[in-house]
Amino acid sequence: MSNLKIGVLTLQGGFDKHIESLVKLGVTVVKVREALELDGIDGLVIPGGESTTIIRLLKNFRIYDALRDKIVKGLPVFGTCAGMILLSSGITSHRDQETLNLMNYKVSRNDYGRQIDSFDALLNISGLGEDPVPAVFIRAPRITEIADSVEILSEYEGSPVMVREKNMLAASFHPELTDDTRVHSLFISMIKNLKMSVQNQI
Amino acid sequence: MSEKLWSGRQSAQWKKNVGLAEMLKGGVIMDVVNAEQARIAEEAGAAAVMALERVPADIRQDGGVARMSDPKMIKEIQKAVSIPVMAKARIGHIVEAKILEAMEIDFIDESEVLTPADDQYHIYKHDFAVPFVCGCRNLGEALRRIGEGAAMIRTKGEAGTGDIIEAVRHMRTLKEGIRKIQNMPNEELMTEAKELGAPFELLLEIKETGKLPVPNFSAGGVATPADAALMMELGAESVFVGSGIFKSDNPERRAKAIVEAVTYFNDYKKLAEISEDLGAPMTGINCDDLADNEKFAGRGW
Repeated sequence: MSNLKIGVLTLQGGFDKHIESLVKLGVTVVKVREALELDGIDGLVIPGGESTTIIRLLKNFRIYDALRDKIVKGLPVFGTCAGMILLSSGITSHRDQETLNLMNYKVSRNDYGRQIDSFDALLNISGLGEDPVPAVFIRAPRITEIADSVEILSEYEGSPVMVREKNMLAASFHPELTDDTRVHSLFISMIKNLKMSVQNQI
Repeated sequence: MSEKLWSGRQSAQWKKNVGLAEMLKGGVIMDVVNAEQARIAEEAGAAAVMALERVPADIRQDGGVARMSDPKMIKEIQKAVSIPVMAKARIGHIVEAKILEAMEIDFIDESEVLTPADDQYHIYKHDFAVPFVCGCRNLGEALRRIGEGAAMIRTKGEAGTGDIIEAVRHMRTLKEGIRKIQNMPNEELMTEAKELGAPFELLLEIKETGKLPVPNFSAGGVATPADAALMMELGAESVFVGSGIFKSDNPERRAKAIVEAVTYFNDYKKLAEISEDLGAPMTGINCDDLADNEKFAGRGW
Protein backbone atom coordinates (compact mmCIF):
# COMPACT_ATOMS: atom_id res chain seq x y z
CA MET A 1 0.00 0.00 0.00
CA SER A 2 2.82 2.37 0.91
CA ASN A 3 4.10 2.62 -2.66
CA LEU A 4 0.89 4.30 -3.85
CA LYS A 5 1.14 8.00 -4.62
CA ILE A 6 -2.14 9.86 -4.23
CA GLY A 7 -2.62 13.45 -5.26
CA VAL A 8 -4.87 15.90 -3.43
CA LEU A 9 -6.08 18.91 -5.39
CA THR A 10 -5.00 21.86 -3.22
CA LEU A 11 -6.40 24.82 -5.15
CA GLN A 12 -8.88 25.72 -2.40
CA GLY A 13 -10.88 23.92 0.26
CA GLY A 14 -10.71 21.11 2.81
CA PHE A 15 -7.52 19.51 1.51
CA ASP A 16 -5.63 19.36 4.85
CA LYS A 17 -7.98 16.82 6.42
CA HIS A 18 -7.86 14.57 3.33
CA ILE A 19 -4.07 14.66 3.49
CA GLU A 20 -4.23 13.68 7.19
CA SER A 21 -6.56 10.74 6.44
CA LEU A 22 -4.40 9.49 3.56
CA VAL A 23 -1.16 9.84 5.53
CA LYS A 24 -2.73 7.75 8.32
CA LEU A 25 -3.28 5.00 5.76
CA GLY A 26 0.40 5.02 4.82
CA VAL A 27 0.22 6.28 1.22
CA THR A 28 2.45 8.98 -0.20
CA VAL A 29 0.51 12.23 -0.68
CA VAL A 30 1.27 14.78 -3.37
CA LYS A 31 -0.28 18.26 -3.42
CA VAL A 32 -1.60 19.09 -6.87
CA ARG A 33 -1.88 22.74 -7.89
CA GLU A 34 -0.91 22.48 -11.53
CA ALA A 35 -1.32 20.22 -14.55
CA LEU A 36 2.26 18.85 -14.45
CA GLU A 37 1.72 17.62 -10.90
CA LEU A 38 -0.92 15.20 -12.20
CA ASP A 39 1.85 13.12 -13.78
CA GLY A 40 2.94 10.05 -11.86
CA ILE A 41 0.08 9.91 -9.36
CA ASP A 42 -2.00 6.75 -8.88
CA GLY A 43 -5.16 8.54 -7.83
CA LEU A 44 -6.52 11.99 -7.05
CA VAL A 45 -8.77 13.41 -4.34
CA ILE A 46 -10.84 16.49 -5.18
CA PRO A 47 -11.75 17.93 -1.77
CA GLY A 48 -14.70 19.96 -0.51
CA GLY A 49 -14.53 23.72 -0.64
CA GLU A 50 -16.25 26.19 -2.91
CA SER A 51 -16.93 24.60 -6.29
CA THR A 52 -17.19 28.05 -7.92
CA THR A 53 -13.68 28.93 -6.70
CA ILE A 54 -12.12 25.60 -7.66
CA ILE A 55 -13.58 25.49 -11.19
CA ARG A 56 -12.31 29.03 -11.87
CA LEU A 57 -8.80 28.17 -10.75
CA LEU A 58 -8.87 24.96 -12.83
CA LYS A 59 -9.79 27.02 -15.88
CA ASN A 60 -7.59 30.08 -15.28
CA PHE A 61 -4.48 27.99 -14.71
CA ARG A 62 -5.17 25.54 -17.57
CA ILE A 63 -5.51 22.47 -15.38
CA TYR A 64 -9.08 21.70 -16.46
CA ASP A 65 -8.31 19.91 -19.76
CA ALA A 66 -5.33 17.94 -18.45
CA LEU A 67 -7.28 16.83 -15.39
CA ARG A 68 -10.32 15.81 -17.39
CA ASP A 69 -8.17 13.96 -19.91
CA LYS A 70 -6.33 11.99 -17.19
CA ILE A 71 -9.59 10.94 -15.55
CA VAL A 72 -11.14 9.93 -18.89
CA LYS A 73 -8.04 7.82 -19.53
CA GLY A 74 -8.50 6.03 -16.22
CA LEU A 75 -6.91 8.03 -13.37
CA PRO A 76 -8.88 7.00 -10.27
CA VAL A 77 -10.53 10.00 -8.66
CA PHE A 78 -12.49 10.60 -5.46
CA GLY A 79 -14.53 13.79 -5.10
CA THR A 80 -16.13 14.88 -1.82
CA CYS A 81 -18.80 17.60 -1.58
CA ALA A 82 -17.48 20.29 -3.98
CA GLY A 83 -15.50 17.44 -5.56
CA MET A 84 -18.76 15.60 -6.19
CA ILE A 85 -20.17 18.76 -7.79
CA LEU A 86 -17.12 19.08 -10.06
CA LEU A 87 -17.34 15.45 -11.21
CA SER A 88 -21.07 15.75 -12.03
CA SER A 89 -22.49 16.23 -15.49
CA GLY A 90 -24.40 19.33 -14.42
CA ILE A 91 -25.83 21.45 -11.62
CA THR A 92 -29.61 21.65 -11.62
CA SER A 93 -29.67 24.55 -9.15
CA HIS A 94 -27.01 26.60 -10.99
CA ARG A 95 -27.27 25.66 -14.64
CA ASP A 96 -24.66 28.18 -15.82
CA GLN A 97 -21.96 26.83 -13.54
CA GLU A 98 -19.52 24.56 -15.32
CA THR A 99 -18.38 21.15 -14.08
CA LEU A 100 -15.86 18.59 -15.32
CA ASN A 101 -18.80 16.68 -16.80
CA LEU A 102 -17.44 13.20 -16.06
CA MET A 103 -19.98 11.22 -14.03
CA ASN A 104 -23.54 10.58 -15.09
CA TYR A 105 -25.46 12.30 -12.34
CA LYS A 106 -26.59 15.87 -11.71
CA VAL A 107 -26.60 17.72 -8.41
CA SER A 108 -28.36 20.58 -6.71
CA ARG A 109 -25.93 22.70 -4.66
CA ASN A 110 -26.49 23.46 -0.94
CA ASP A 111 -29.64 21.40 -1.29
CA TYR A 112 -29.83 20.49 2.40
CA GLY A 113 -29.67 24.19 3.34
CA ARG A 114 -27.19 26.66 4.79
CA GLN A 115 -24.60 25.96 7.49
CA ILE A 116 -27.26 25.88 10.24
CA ASP A 117 -28.75 22.84 8.44
CA SER A 118 -25.42 21.00 8.13
CA PHE A 119 -25.63 17.64 9.91
CA ASP A 120 -23.97 14.38 10.93
CA ALA A 121 -25.25 10.95 9.98
CA LEU A 122 -24.31 7.29 10.22
CA LEU A 123 -24.24 5.66 6.80
CA ASN A 124 -24.28 2.10 5.60
CA ILE A 125 -21.82 1.99 2.73
CA SER A 126 -21.73 -0.93 0.36
CA GLY A 127 -18.38 -2.69 0.63
CA LEU A 128 -17.64 -1.41 4.14
CA GLY A 129 -19.52 -4.06 6.10
CA GLU A 130 -22.29 -3.79 8.70
CA ASP A 131 -20.65 -1.19 10.89
CA PRO A 132 -22.06 2.23 9.91
CA VAL A 133 -19.67 4.99 8.86
CA PRO A 134 -19.88 8.46 10.48
CA ALA A 135 -20.40 11.19 7.89
CA VAL A 136 -20.50 14.98 8.12
CA PHE A 137 -22.65 16.88 5.60
CA ILE A 138 -21.69 20.55 5.26
CA ARG A 139 -23.80 22.73 2.97
CA ALA A 140 -23.93 19.50 0.99
CA PRO A 141 -25.02 18.96 -2.61
CA ARG A 142 -27.80 16.46 -3.36
CA ILE A 143 -27.88 14.16 -6.38
CA THR A 144 -31.12 14.97 -8.21
CA GLU A 145 -30.70 12.90 -11.38
CA ILE A 146 -28.66 9.74 -11.84
CA ALA A 147 -28.06 7.34 -14.73
CA ASP A 148 -28.18 3.53 -14.40
CA SER A 149 -24.46 3.38 -15.21
CA VAL A 150 -23.70 4.92 -11.82
CA GLU A 151 -23.54 2.51 -8.88
CA ILE A 152 -25.08 3.81 -5.65
CA LEU A 153 -22.87 2.81 -2.70
CA SER A 154 -24.85 4.64 -0.02
CA GLU A 155 -28.13 6.46 0.41
CA TYR A 156 -29.41 8.82 3.04
CA GLU A 157 -33.10 9.69 3.35
CA GLY A 158 -33.79 8.41 -0.14
CA SER A 159 -30.98 10.32 -1.92
CA PRO A 160 -27.71 8.75 -3.11
CA VAL A 161 -24.81 10.18 -1.08
CA MET A 162 -21.94 8.01 -2.31
CA VAL A 163 -21.65 6.74 -5.87
CA ARG A 164 -19.18 5.06 -8.18
CA GLU A 165 -18.84 4.95 -11.95
CA LYS A 166 -15.81 3.23 -13.51
CA ASN A 167 -12.66 4.85 -12.02
CA MET A 168 -14.61 7.62 -10.31
CA LEU A 169 -15.93 7.78 -6.75
CA ALA A 170 -17.98 10.64 -5.31
CA ALA A 171 -19.49 11.47 -1.91
CA SER A 172 -21.69 14.38 -0.90
CA PHE A 173 -20.34 14.18 2.67
CA HIS A 174 -16.93 14.62 4.31
CA PRO A 175 -15.31 11.34 5.41
CA GLU A 176 -12.10 13.29 6.05
CA LEU A 177 -13.66 15.23 8.95
CA THR A 178 -13.95 12.11 11.13
CA ASP A 179 -11.34 9.74 12.54
CA ASP A 180 -12.80 6.87 10.53
CA THR A 181 -10.58 6.17 7.51
CA ARG A 182 -12.65 3.37 5.96
CA VAL A 183 -13.94 5.49 3.06
CA HIS A 184 -10.40 6.48 2.14
CA SER A 185 -9.39 2.81 2.41
CA LEU A 186 -12.18 1.99 -0.01
CA PHE A 187 -10.74 4.49 -2.50
CA ILE A 188 -7.27 2.98 -2.07
CA SER A 189 -8.64 -0.57 -2.70
CA MET A 190 -10.41 0.78 -5.77
CA ILE A 191 -7.09 2.17 -7.07
CA LYS A 192 -5.34 -1.16 -6.45
CA ASN A 193 -8.07 -3.18 -8.14
CA LEU A 194 -8.05 -0.88 -11.15
CA LYS A 195 -4.26 -1.20 -11.35
CA MET A 196 -4.48 -4.98 -11.22
CA SER A 197 -7.11 -5.17 -13.93
CA VAL A 198 -5.00 -2.93 -16.18
CA GLN A 199 -1.97 -5.17 -15.57
CA ASN A 200 -4.04 -8.30 -16.33
CA GLN A 201 -5.15 -6.78 -19.62
CA ILE A 202 -1.49 -6.30 -20.59
CA MET B 1 -9.69 14.08 16.78
CA SER B 2 -8.59 12.13 19.79
CA GLU B 3 -10.73 12.20 22.95
CA LYS B 4 -7.52 13.00 24.79
CA LEU B 5 -7.47 16.45 23.19
CA TRP B 6 -9.79 19.35 24.05
CA SER B 7 -11.07 19.53 20.48
CA GLY B 8 -11.91 15.81 20.49
CA ARG B 9 -14.26 16.35 23.44
CA GLN B 10 -16.27 19.19 21.89
CA SER B 11 -19.86 18.89 20.63
CA ALA B 12 -20.77 17.53 17.19
CA GLN B 13 -22.16 21.01 16.49
CA TRP B 14 -18.78 22.65 17.10
CA LYS B 15 -16.95 20.02 15.00
CA LYS B 16 -19.35 20.54 12.12
CA ASN B 17 -18.74 24.28 12.33
CA VAL B 18 -14.97 23.82 12.35
CA GLY B 19 -15.62 21.60 9.30
CA LEU B 20 -17.02 24.58 7.40
CA ALA B 21 -13.94 26.60 8.37
CA GLU B 22 -11.81 23.76 6.93
CA MET B 23 -13.68 24.11 3.63
CA LEU B 24 -12.75 27.81 3.44
CA LYS B 25 -9.00 27.12 3.60
CA GLY B 26 -6.81 28.35 0.79
CA GLY B 27 -9.47 30.90 -0.06
CA VAL B 28 -10.36 34.56 0.19
CA ILE B 29 -13.25 36.01 2.16
CA MET B 30 -14.24 39.39 0.76
CA ASP B 31 -16.12 42.30 2.36
CA VAL B 32 -19.09 43.37 0.23
CA VAL B 33 -21.69 46.07 0.84
CA ASN B 34 -24.38 45.07 -1.67
CA ALA B 35 -25.58 42.25 -3.92
CA GLU B 36 -23.69 43.56 -6.93
CA GLN B 37 -20.36 43.51 -5.11
CA ALA B 38 -21.21 40.04 -3.76
CA ARG B 39 -21.68 38.78 -7.31
CA ILE B 40 -18.38 40.34 -8.40
CA ALA B 41 -16.67 38.63 -5.45
CA GLU B 42 -18.21 35.23 -6.25
CA GLU B 43 -17.36 35.62 -9.93
CA ALA B 44 -13.74 36.38 -8.99
CA GLY B 45 -13.54 33.16 -6.97
CA ALA B 46 -14.15 34.30 -3.37
CA ALA B 47 -14.64 31.34 -1.00
CA ALA B 48 -17.14 33.42 1.03
CA VAL B 49 -18.36 36.98 1.37
CA MET B 50 -18.71 39.18 4.45
CA ALA B 51 -21.90 41.25 4.21
CA LEU B 52 -21.57 44.65 5.86
CA GLU B 53 -22.93 48.16 5.34
CA ARG B 54 -19.62 49.96 5.25
CA VAL B 55 -16.16 48.55 4.61
CA PRO B 56 -13.71 49.24 7.46
CA ALA B 57 -12.06 52.14 5.57
CA ASP B 58 -15.42 53.95 5.51
CA ILE B 59 -16.21 53.09 9.12
CA ARG B 60 -12.87 54.66 9.99
CA GLN B 61 -13.60 57.77 7.94
CA ASP B 62 -17.22 58.24 9.02
CA GLY B 63 -16.64 57.69 12.74
CA GLY B 64 -19.66 57.24 15.01
CA VAL B 65 -21.01 53.90 16.20
CA ALA B 66 -20.67 50.96 13.80
CA ARG B 67 -23.36 48.29 14.28
CA MET B 68 -24.68 45.08 12.70
CA SER B 69 -25.85 45.65 9.12
CA ASP B 70 -29.46 46.02 7.99
CA PRO B 71 -30.95 42.49 7.69
CA LYS B 72 -32.53 43.49 4.37
CA MET B 73 -29.14 44.14 2.83
CA ILE B 74 -27.76 40.88 4.27
CA LYS B 75 -30.74 38.96 2.83
CA GLU B 76 -30.17 40.45 -0.62
CA ILE B 77 -26.59 39.25 -0.51
CA GLN B 78 -27.68 35.78 0.67
CA LYS B 79 -30.00 35.63 -2.34
CA ALA B 80 -27.38 36.91 -4.78
CA VAL B 81 -24.66 34.30 -4.19
CA SER B 82 -24.26 30.55 -3.62
CA ILE B 83 -21.06 30.76 -1.54
CA PRO B 84 -21.21 31.10 2.27
CA VAL B 85 -22.29 34.50 3.59
CA MET B 86 -20.79 35.89 6.79
CA ALA B 87 -21.87 38.97 8.74
CA LYS B 88 -20.53 40.94 11.68
CA ALA B 89 -21.96 41.35 15.17
CA ARG B 90 -20.52 43.73 17.76
CA ILE B 91 -18.26 42.23 20.44
CA GLY B 92 -20.52 40.96 23.24
CA HIS B 93 -23.75 41.82 21.40
CA ILE B 94 -25.63 38.56 22.02
CA VAL B 95 -28.81 39.81 20.36
CA GLU B 96 -27.19 40.97 17.12
CA ALA B 97 -25.64 37.50 16.93
CA LYS B 98 -29.00 35.80 17.64
CA ILE B 99 -30.59 37.88 14.86
CA LEU B 100 -27.86 36.83 12.43
CA GLU B 101 -28.35 33.21 13.47
CA ALA B 102 -32.12 33.54 12.91
CA MET B 103 -31.28 34.77 9.41
CA GLU B 104 -29.26 31.57 8.89
CA ILE B 105 -26.03 33.39 8.26
CA ASP B 106 -23.23 30.86 7.56
CA PHE B 107 -20.61 32.44 9.85
CA ILE B 108 -20.82 35.27 12.41
CA ASP B 109 -17.79 37.52 12.81
CA GLU B 110 -17.76 38.88 16.38
CA SER B 111 -15.74 41.79 15.16
CA GLU B 112 -13.60 44.56 16.57
CA VAL B 113 -14.31 46.54 13.39
CA LEU B 114 -17.75 47.33 14.82
CA THR B 115 -18.08 49.37 18.01
CA PRO B 116 -18.01 46.93 20.97
CA ALA B 117 -21.26 46.44 22.89
CA ASP B 118 -19.54 45.00 25.96
CA ASP B 119 -16.21 46.15 27.32
CA GLN B 120 -15.61 43.05 29.46
CA TYR B 121 -17.17 39.98 27.89
CA HIS B 122 -17.42 38.31 24.52
CA ILE B 123 -20.36 36.19 23.36
CA TYR B 124 -20.54 32.61 24.69
CA LYS B 125 -20.41 31.05 21.25
CA HIS B 126 -21.04 27.43 22.28
CA ASP B 127 -24.68 28.52 22.76
CA PHE B 128 -25.14 29.05 19.03
CA ALA B 129 -25.79 26.60 16.20
CA VAL B 130 -23.98 28.72 13.62
CA PRO B 131 -20.19 29.14 13.65
CA PHE B 132 -18.26 32.20 14.82
CA VAL B 133 -14.97 33.68 13.71
CA CYS B 134 -13.14 36.01 16.10
CA GLY B 135 -10.07 38.19 15.84
CA CYS B 136 -6.88 37.88 17.89
CA ARG B 137 -3.55 39.65 18.30
CA ASN B 138 -1.78 36.86 20.17
CA LEU B 139 -2.12 33.30 21.40
CA GLY B 140 -3.90 34.17 24.65
CA GLU B 141 -6.63 36.09 22.85
CA ALA B 142 -7.02 33.31 20.26
CA LEU B 143 -7.41 30.66 22.95
CA ARG B 144 -9.91 32.70 24.97
CA ARG B 145 -12.11 33.00 21.87
CA ILE B 146 -11.73 29.30 21.06
CA GLY B 147 -12.60 28.46 24.66
CA GLU B 148 -15.81 30.48 24.20
CA GLY B 149 -16.61 28.41 21.11
CA ALA B 150 -15.15 30.19 18.06
CA ALA B 151 -14.80 27.79 15.09
CA MET B 152 -12.27 29.96 13.28
CA ILE B 153 -9.66 32.49 14.33
CA ARG B 154 -8.37 35.38 12.27
CA THR B 155 -5.47 37.52 13.28
CA LYS B 156 -6.81 41.08 13.46
CA GLY B 157 -4.32 43.25 11.67
CA GLU B 158 -5.60 46.82 11.42
CA ALA B 159 -8.76 46.84 9.30
CA GLY B 160 -9.40 49.63 6.82
CA THR B 161 -5.80 50.81 6.58
CA GLY B 162 -4.37 48.84 3.64
CA ASP B 163 -1.20 48.66 5.75
CA ILE B 164 -0.06 45.07 6.32
CA ILE B 165 2.27 45.72 9.27
CA GLU B 166 -0.25 44.91 12.03
CA ALA B 167 -1.44 41.74 10.28
CA VAL B 168 2.18 40.58 10.09
CA ARG B 169 2.82 41.49 13.73
CA HIS B 170 -0.26 39.59 14.95
CA MET B 171 0.48 36.49 12.87
CA ARG B 172 4.11 36.41 13.99
CA THR B 173 3.11 36.95 17.63
CA LEU B 174 0.56 34.14 17.45
CA LYS B 175 3.03 31.72 15.84
CA GLU B 176 5.71 32.64 18.36
CA GLY B 177 3.26 31.90 21.16
CA ILE B 178 2.54 28.47 19.71
CA ARG B 179 6.24 27.62 19.29
CA LYS B 180 6.88 28.62 22.88
CA ILE B 181 4.18 26.22 24.17
CA GLN B 182 5.55 23.39 22.04
CA ASN B 183 8.93 23.70 23.71
CA MET B 184 7.65 23.98 27.29
CA PRO B 185 7.92 21.17 29.82
CA ASN B 186 4.49 20.26 31.24
CA GLU B 187 5.14 21.85 34.63
CA GLU B 188 5.43 25.30 33.02
CA LEU B 189 2.11 25.13 31.18
CA MET B 190 -0.18 26.15 34.05
CA THR B 191 1.80 29.28 34.80
CA GLU B 192 1.87 30.07 31.08
CA ALA B 193 -1.92 29.60 30.98
CA LYS B 194 -2.18 32.10 33.84
CA GLU B 195 0.11 34.57 32.07
CA LEU B 196 -1.75 34.26 28.78
CA GLY B 197 -5.20 34.27 30.37
CA ALA B 198 -5.94 31.17 28.32
CA PRO B 199 -7.53 27.78 29.11
CA PHE B 200 -4.96 25.25 30.36
CA GLU B 201 -6.61 22.42 28.41
CA LEU B 202 -6.01 24.27 25.16
CA LEU B 203 -2.34 24.74 26.03
CA LEU B 204 -2.06 20.97 26.50
CA GLU B 205 -3.57 20.47 23.04
CA ILE B 206 -1.24 22.98 21.40
CA LYS B 207 1.78 21.38 23.02
CA GLU B 208 0.66 18.07 21.49
CA THR B 209 -0.35 19.26 17.99
CA GLY B 210 1.66 22.45 17.42
CA LYS B 211 -1.34 24.29 16.02
CA LEU B 212 -4.63 25.91 16.99
CA PRO B 213 -7.57 23.49 17.14
CA VAL B 214 -9.43 25.62 14.55
CA PRO B 215 -8.33 27.08 11.21
CA ASN B 216 -6.31 30.25 11.48
CA PHE B 217 -6.93 32.94 8.89
CA SER B 218 -5.52 36.43 8.45
CA ALA B 219 -7.28 39.80 8.24
CA GLY B 220 -6.73 43.54 8.45
CA GLY B 221 -4.59 45.37 5.93
CA VAL B 222 -4.35 43.17 2.83
CA ALA B 223 -4.32 45.42 -0.25
CA THR B 224 -2.32 43.51 -2.88
CA PRO B 225 -1.88 39.91 -4.08
CA ALA B 226 1.63 40.03 -2.58
CA ASP B 227 0.16 41.02 0.81
CA ALA B 228 -2.19 38.03 0.68
CA ALA B 229 0.67 35.71 -0.31
CA LEU B 230 2.82 37.12 2.50
CA MET B 231 0.18 36.22 5.08
CA MET B 232 -0.04 32.68 3.65
CA GLU B 233 3.76 32.47 3.77
CA LEU B 234 3.62 33.40 7.47
CA GLY B 235 1.15 30.62 8.20
CA ALA B 236 -2.34 31.98 7.48
CA GLU B 237 -4.66 29.32 6.06
CA SER B 238 -6.91 31.82 4.24
CA VAL B 239 -7.19 35.57 3.94
CA PHE B 240 -9.95 38.07 4.68
CA VAL B 241 -9.88 41.16 2.47
CA GLY B 242 -11.99 44.09 3.57
CA SER B 243 -11.51 47.48 2.04
CA GLY B 244 -8.62 46.29 -0.16
CA ILE B 245 -10.80 45.15 -3.05
CA PHE B 246 -13.69 47.56 -3.45
CA LYS B 247 -11.60 50.60 -2.48
CA SER B 248 -9.18 49.88 -5.33
CA ASP B 249 -9.33 51.09 -8.94
CA ASN B 250 -10.32 47.79 -10.49
CA PRO B 251 -12.13 45.55 -7.96
CA GLU B 252 -12.87 42.71 -10.44
CA ARG B 253 -9.25 42.23 -11.41
CA ARG B 254 -7.84 42.77 -7.95
CA ALA B 255 -10.32 40.31 -6.43
CA LYS B 256 -9.41 37.63 -8.96
CA ALA B 257 -5.69 38.30 -8.47
CA ILE B 258 -5.89 38.00 -4.69
CA VAL B 259 -7.77 34.68 -4.99
CA GLU B 260 -5.03 33.36 -7.28
CA ALA B 261 -2.27 34.71 -5.05
CA VAL B 262 -3.61 32.77 -2.04
CA THR B 263 -3.54 29.47 -3.98
CA TYR B 264 -0.10 30.09 -5.51
CA PHE B 265 1.39 32.02 -2.56
CA ASN B 266 4.83 30.42 -2.92
CA ASP B 267 5.03 30.32 -6.73
CA TYR B 268 6.74 33.64 -7.36
CA LYS B 269 6.70 33.49 -11.16
CA LYS B 270 2.96 33.08 -11.06
CA LEU B 271 2.67 35.85 -8.45
CA ALA B 272 4.53 38.20 -10.78
CA GLU B 273 2.00 37.51 -13.54
CA ILE B 274 -0.93 37.70 -11.15
CA SER B 275 0.22 41.08 -9.79
CA GLU B 276 0.53 42.69 -13.21
CA ASP B 277 -1.57 45.67 -14.30
CA LEU B 278 -4.21 45.71 -11.57
CA GLY B 279 -4.64 49.48 -11.38
CA ALA B 280 -4.06 51.41 -8.18
CA PRO B 281 -4.62 49.68 -4.82
CA MET B 282 -6.54 51.44 -2.05
CA THR B 283 -4.68 54.54 -0.90
CA GLY B 284 -4.43 53.39 2.67
CA ILE B 285 -3.38 54.83 5.97
CA ASN B 286 0.00 54.27 7.58
CA CYS B 287 -0.70 52.47 10.88
CA ASP B 288 1.97 54.56 12.61
CA ASP B 289 -0.15 57.65 11.94
CA LEU B 290 -3.08 56.23 13.92
CA ALA B 291 -3.48 57.16 17.56
CA ASP B 292 -4.02 54.20 19.89
CA ASN B 293 -7.69 55.08 20.30
CA GLU B 294 -8.09 55.02 16.52
CA LYS B 295 -6.95 51.40 16.27
CA PHE B 296 -9.61 48.69 16.08
CA ALA B 297 -7.25 45.86 17.06
CA GLY B 298 -7.18 46.88 20.73
CA ARG B 299 -10.88 46.02 21.05
CA GLY B 300 -11.22 42.53 22.52
CA TRP B 301 -10.75 41.24 26.07
